[in-house]
Amino acid sequence: MPIDYYIYLSVSLFCIGIVGVLTRRNAIIIFMCIELMLNAVNLLLVAFSKMHHFKNAAVNASAGSDGQLFVFFIMVVAAAEVSVGLAIIVMMYRNIHSVDINFLNRLKH
Amino acid sequence: MKNALELSYLVPLFPLIGFLIIGLGRRYLSKSLTGIIGNGVILASFLVSVWIFLQVKDGNHGTIEYFNFISAGTLKVPFAFQIDALSSLFLLIITGVGFLIHVYSASYMHHESKEHFARYFSYLNLFVFFMLLLVMGGNFVILFIGWEGVGLCSYLLIGYWFKNTEYNYAARKAFVMNRIGDLAFLIAIFWIFSKVGSTSFTEVFAADGLQKLSSTDITGITLLLFVGATGKSAQIPLYTWLPDAMAGPTPVSALIHAATMVTAGIYMIARSNVLYSLSEVTSNIVAYIGLATALLAATIALKQNDIKKVLAYSTVSQLGYMFLALGVGAYTAAVFHVMTHAFFKALLFLGSGSVIHAMSGEQDIRNMGGLSKKLKLTFFTFFIGCIAIAGIPPFSGFFSKDAILLSAFEKNPVLYGIALFTALLTAFYMFRLLFVTFTGKFRGTQKQEHHLHESPALMTVPLIILAVLSIIGGFVNIPEVFTNGGEKLTEFLLPVIAKHEGHEPSDKTEYLLMGLSTGLVVLAIVFAWFKFKNYQPKEEKGFGKVLENKWYVDELYDKLIANPLNRFAGFLNNIFERYIIDGVVNGVGRAVNYGSRQLRLLQSGQVGSYVLLMVLSILLVLLYQFFIKK
Repeated sequence: MPIDYYIYLSVSLFCIGIVGVLTRRNAIIIFMCIELMLNAVNLLLVAFSKMHHFKNAAVNASAGSDGQLFVFFIMVVAAAEVSVGLAIIVMMYRNIHSVDINFLNRLKH
Repeated sequence: MKNALELSYLVPLFPLIGFLIIGLGRRYLSKSLTGIIGNGVILASFLVSVWIFLQVKDGNHGTIEYFNFISAGTLKVPFAFQIDALSSLFLLIITGVGFLIHVYSASYMHHESKEHFARYFSYLNLFVFFMLLLVMGGNFVILFIGWEGVGLCSYLLIGYWFKNTEYNYAARKAFVMNRIGDLAFLIAIFWIFSKVGSTSFTEVFAADGLQKLSSTDITGITLLLFVGATGKSAQIPLYTWLPDAMAGPTPVSALIHAATMVTAGIYMIARSNVLYSLSEVTSNIVAYIGLATALLAATIALKQNDIKKVLAYSTVSQLGYMFLALGVGAYTAAVFHVMTHAFFKALLFLGSGSVIHAMSGEQDIRNMGGLSKKLKLTFFTFFIGCIAIAGIPPFSGFFSKDAILLSAFEKNPVLYGIALFTALLTAFYMFRLLFVTFTGKFRGTQKQEHHLHESPALMTVPLIILAVLSIIGGFVNIPEVFTNGGEKLTEFLLPVIAKHEGHEPSDKTEYLLMGLSTGLVVLAIVFAWFKFKNYQPKEEKGFGKVLENKWYVDELYDKLIANPLNRFAGFLNNIFERYIIDGVVNGVGRAVNYGSRQLRLLQSGQVGSYVLLMVLSILLVLLYQFFIKK
């Protein structure tokens, strides 16, 4: 399968993520959209590394493996981020009884 | 030891040590100890100077280098002393007259408190140190250090009674006016260095050094040096500080503002006589400025009523005489006059100090009169000083003044005429001072009359010694017409100052000129006697008032220079400073304030808008990376 389709897919996912982050007010949905963006990038990384591997397999048996390694790192980081983020959202709900980010304009002060 | 003259560093070292001991220990030293140290170091220096003088007389002279003072690239200035006829003569004058004045000071300043007494002597010793540095310096840089140093000490001593604001102004005036001249002097030094590549006297004045200077260079350098000299030696247009400098204690006026420091300009030009004799233009300017100063100061002195002011203007006038001599090429005559002037002017100043002492601080001669009865010794020595300065043979002033007049006559009879007229004025105002102060009736208060007394021996002995010197000082350079081989000073100075070239006037003319000047001077004195033997103060009118107010020169300077400068400074302070400088500084602040107030609107606190901005910014960066930056 040509690489183009992977690119189209991940760009679409990424854009959906951005639009979600920009437009939605529910913190949990924004959070999910961020995850979506992360995974769009992951997908792209995997696709490119595979392509890279096919091209250079004759020369270098491990070609493209670094891309896949990065994906694992990103997943780990994303998991950590999710735990922290969810904790923040829980604290936020406990304090203001809402997960609407428009209430979170205290950064101004 | 390579050269016995290497010991000459002792001469300035003694006063420096004296300055340090007295200056640092001023709280602990008793008055008598201060006096002993202050006088002792000068005496030691005088003895070494005598020894050096004898060495030089035996033909031992030269430049002694001690260490490298400045060494940067091609600029090399050794710390060197030039010991030759000229400097050894000045050493004798400075330390000799300086010692007498120190002794006198010990008594004159005795009513000061311990600490101020020590301060006085430390300054005085420091002054002698710098003055010795000035005359011993082997290059222009060392000379300049001394030059600046004596200016500093002059400032400190004029403002010695610093609680009086007027005195501080006088000190400041002296310092600022000297700075104007010093700037020109400094430029001249740079000029010399840039052309010759050295500031050492021996190299600059050697044939090699002179070859590197074009005639424009020489004229420029000599003119700038002369401007420096007009500041230090109080010539037109920078002379007005000297009369004001009389604010200092009287012995200071005698030492700094009559005998030594003010003759530094003459020393410097005499030292550079090789350059000056090469520039006709500068020599003429020097002669005319000197003559104009001599005449102007003499006319002012006619109507002054402060005993020290009369002497101050007389000093300015005599300095003008010396510059006239330098200008007409009679360098030896100028140096000769420096020497005799140091004797009789120091005598006159110390005499006036004795009078002021007796009058409990009164300086106005209108309130004196008849002092000869009470102050016999002071009167007698003062009288000798007056005769000497008037130029009656065989007193010292006659020989030196006559040498100058004769040289002026050789150059131009018109110069001679004006100089002779000035000499008459000199005789007239000096004897006016003498008669008004010492003859007639006492015009002061009863209390002052009761207090009148002769000064103690510490003050009168220096007066007597100086009086003797004023009488015999002229015999070191008796004109050729009187005795063959009498011009000992000229002979002594020959290695430094080449013999004055010019057509010698016949013996007959010389006798005639001497007779003329002596006769006229005697007439002037007799005239003064009839006019002032029974002096009564009266209001000055017309021309006399102009003279009493010093031709309004101070007012003119105020109008022409000080006021415009003050106004300009006021403009800078009130307009430029307030609106331009402050405007820029405050404007920057206001602009930042305003800009940040607008930018603050961006910080809405809405996470959404932040993210939007972030995304837009990333997009912009991407667009820039892909499409614009190639």
